Amino acid sequence: MSYFLRRLLFMVPLILVIVTLAFFLVRVAPGGPFDKERKPASPAVERALAEKYHLNESLFSQYLRFLGLKWEEGANGSWQRAPGGLIAGDLGLSLKYRNHTVSDIILQGLPVSLTLGFLAFGFAMGFGIPIGFYTAVRRGEWADWAGSLFALVVICVPGFVIGPLLILGFALKAGWFPVGLWGAPVQAVLPMVALGLYFGGRVARLTREGMTQALQSEYIRTARAKGASELRVLLKHALPTAVMPVVSYSGPMLADLLTGSFVVENIFQIPGIGVFMVNSSLSRDYTMVVGLVLLYAILLLVLNLLVDLAYSFLDPRVRYE
Amino acid sequence: MRIRVGKLLLLLLLGGLIAVGCRPERRADLVILNGPEIETLDPQVLTGQADGRVSGALFEGLTRFDPVTGRGVPGWAERWDISPDGRTYTFHLRTNAVFSTGEPITADDFVWSWRHAVDPATAADYSGFFFYVKGGRELVTGASTNLATLGIRALDPRTVVVELENPAPFFIDLCAMRIMAVVPRWTIEKYGDQWVRADPLPCSGAFQLRSWRPNDRIRVEKNPRYWDAASVRSERVDFLSGDSPTTALNLLLTGEVDVLIERNLIPLELNDVLLKRPDFHTFSYLGTYFIRFNVTRKPFDDVRVRKAISLVLDKRRIVERITRLGERPASAVTPPGTGGYQPPPGLGDNASSATNAVEYAAARAINIAEAQRLLAEAGFPGGKGFPTFTYMFNAGGGGGSRTHEQIGVEFQAMLREHLGLQMELRPVEWKTYLSEMSLLNYDVIRGSWIGDYQDPTTFLDCFLADSGNNRTGWRNPQYDALMARAAATSDSTKRFDLLRQAETLLTRDEVPVIPVYNYTGLYAFDTNRVGGISANLTDEHPVWAMFRKR
Repeated sequence: MSYFLRRLLFMVPLILVIVTLAFFLVRVAPGGPFDKERKPASPAVERALAEKYHLNESLFSQYLRFLGLKWEEGANGSWQRAPGGLIAGDLGLSLKYRNHTVSDIILQGLPVSLTLGFLAFGFAMGFGIPIGFYTAVRRGEWADWAGSLFALVVICVPGFVIGPLLILGFALKAGWFPVGLWGAPVQAVLPMVALGLYFGGRVARLTREGMTQALQSEYIRTARAKGASELRVLLKHALPTAVMPVVSYSGPMLADLLTGSFVVENIFQIPGIGVFMVNSSLSRDYTMVVGLVLLYAILLLVLNLLVDLAYSFLDPRVRYE
Repeated sequence: MRIRVGKLLLLLLLGGLIAVGCRPERRADLVILNGPEIETLDPQVLTGQADGRVSGALFEGLTRFDPVTGRGVPGWAERWDISPDGRTYTFHLRTNAVFSTGEPITADDFVWSWRHAVDPATAADYSGFFFYVKGGRELVTGASTNLATLGIRALDPRTVVVELENPAPFFIDLCAMRIMAVVPRWTIEKYGDQWVRADPLPCSGAFQLRSWRPNDRIRVEKNPRYWDAASVRSERVDFLSGDSPTTALNLLLTGEVDVLIERNLIPLELNDVLLKRPDFHTFSYLGTYFIRFNVTRKPFDDVRVRKAISLVLDKRRIVERITRLGERPASAVTPPGTGGYQPPPGLGDNASSATNAVEYAAARAINIAEAQRLLAEAGFPGGKGFPTFTYMFNAGGGGGSRTHEQIGVEFQAMLREHLGLQMELRPVEWKTYLSEMSLLNYDVIRGSWIGDYQDPTTFLDCFLADSGNNRTGWRNPQYDALMARAAATSDSTKRFDLLRQAETLLTRDEVPVIPVYNYTGLYAFDTNRVGGISANLTDEHPVWAMFRKR
């Protein structure tokens, strides 16, 4: 257990390093959040705008402010900590969507991306593992070829091709599903498939590999020699080891899925946070970029920890000291 | 057993998430696909057109836009008197003027709103519109800090008097702009910059804010206290935000969306097909696509070089092969008919205004010969010795279409073929493009301008020496003087004459920019199902006038 505590503690400096990098990198890019096609009416207006969001301060001062460690002289002459900042859990206002805080936007969009992400995760597992399992068992037969080909195709064809194809087939032609938007459960089906197919393909290939290896190992031969039924050998003995690679892959996969997909959310016009992941850096929305990087980093680290935890349950040989 | 409990928990979690994440709502009376998520609802600080469409439904000023002409007509002011010298406007407010929350709208509210808008502390990018009001320029530029010096005062609770710096014949149009709207003083004083998040939000427009979910939709409801509530034909209107042109088309085709108003959301790759459909409508509006020279860099500081490059650009080919929406090739920056103004012929106008192919080919031949002569005169016969230079443009603009790139490729080929010049294309992303343009860190760059009101100054002011929108490094005292004289002239014929002289200097004699074409707008709605939308030059389509036919 102490191992996991140590891992958890180690996350804090790691996350700090990540957001620090994000903080400075996004500010290195040319242009700023308030650069528009038209110049502000006067330099005075431009200055006032920069002042409002403290962009006129030195980078270091902005960084202290972002952390919440900036001390200012108040109106009454006493020194006080500038309000907000990371230590207060405040990521600040979005610089592009100026009527919303970064937390506001994340809290609005994250549930949507989480829902879609979990659905797609379930879908990916739901068709990936059976296909991988079946193709490994029927290795070399036509079912293997068909299944593996299918897995390969869905991996290779990107979401911006699959999405529109699904819409064309199942929404515009067949009329079974709406073409986009979010609200009713039926609107979640096509995005779930579009998002999950790729990961399902990866899962199928990983399962097939794991299964193939497992089936060649000694303990399977032992189990067979002991007279266990084939189904029992496959499900009880081979499958748990076969899915190990899938488990380790599911950490980064979930982090990817849960933080939303730019392509799928864009194609189906879904109000998740995936779109912000891309657009915030394009629009130099400094606070938003840092907020999203923070979210992504935490998710990735926590999920990887959970994956390691799951290892120790699935494989008795794995011990953490 | 443990696994089952785990599964059950997972199912519960998933169900819960679906319940939270999916919130079906009743369809609004009118659903407008408004384009990208808006940046702000604050009418004083917004800059985007998408922002303006929503904010314009919520806030109104002395005048409002007429849905047919796109010009200023009575809003909260039911009538006004203009002094003979055209510098003093006396507005008479309606007697029933109240915010959506019931508080009265008085002349003092207008005075306060305008003072708040010009205060640099508000950081309103568009406060330049107040340059026309007496004292506005000094306040916006920070030369003066006494807000009371702004030329607006309340004669009595129902009368607003505005004094102008110069007779501005388009002032009534200006008063309909978002930044001129009346805003709730007490709410702003209480909440500061985030006042538009107040709930309920006191609105002065035809609608009031119901809900706002970022990147999803903004729902507005009819404001029953609006002075013209009787003309507002939709009870509930949704503004959807979306970035994908193909999705926009799908939503329109399946009836999820009634109006596709944002031209960047029309998939231009399909325009051959779409233009034939009865639900897609093109219209002319005040916009010009042009190319900027960095006149501070050699050899573009030489007017002969600029003219030579300008003359070989085949504008007709660009509108016929690339943009294909029926755009008009331009030789002037101001589109014809802007507030009744006809721009003077600019350089290469003989080609732009040719009426048939023969005439056009003849004009092209003359222009190319002239361009070659000018280039030789500048010391680069046949392009010899001319340095390789770059053409910068923002990549992936205009609904994800590749218009800018395609124009760049044509431009490149024309320069090589006719003048022997080597031009490299440099696509950059949007913010880099803006930043490099402002810093004059380019050789030649694409540009465009959308007019705000129906008067040529909305275009020509950009090229004043001190304008932040000039971005060419070109400064010409004669041009500035002509513009200043025009501003001080109240006689409209004389005024237009002076503006024409200024524009001649800009587009025929000096050529810091090459006008390419005047934009054609495109929006989509089924005329059998939706009404109240008219084409107009200012591209202003008030939501109160739109309705879905039953």
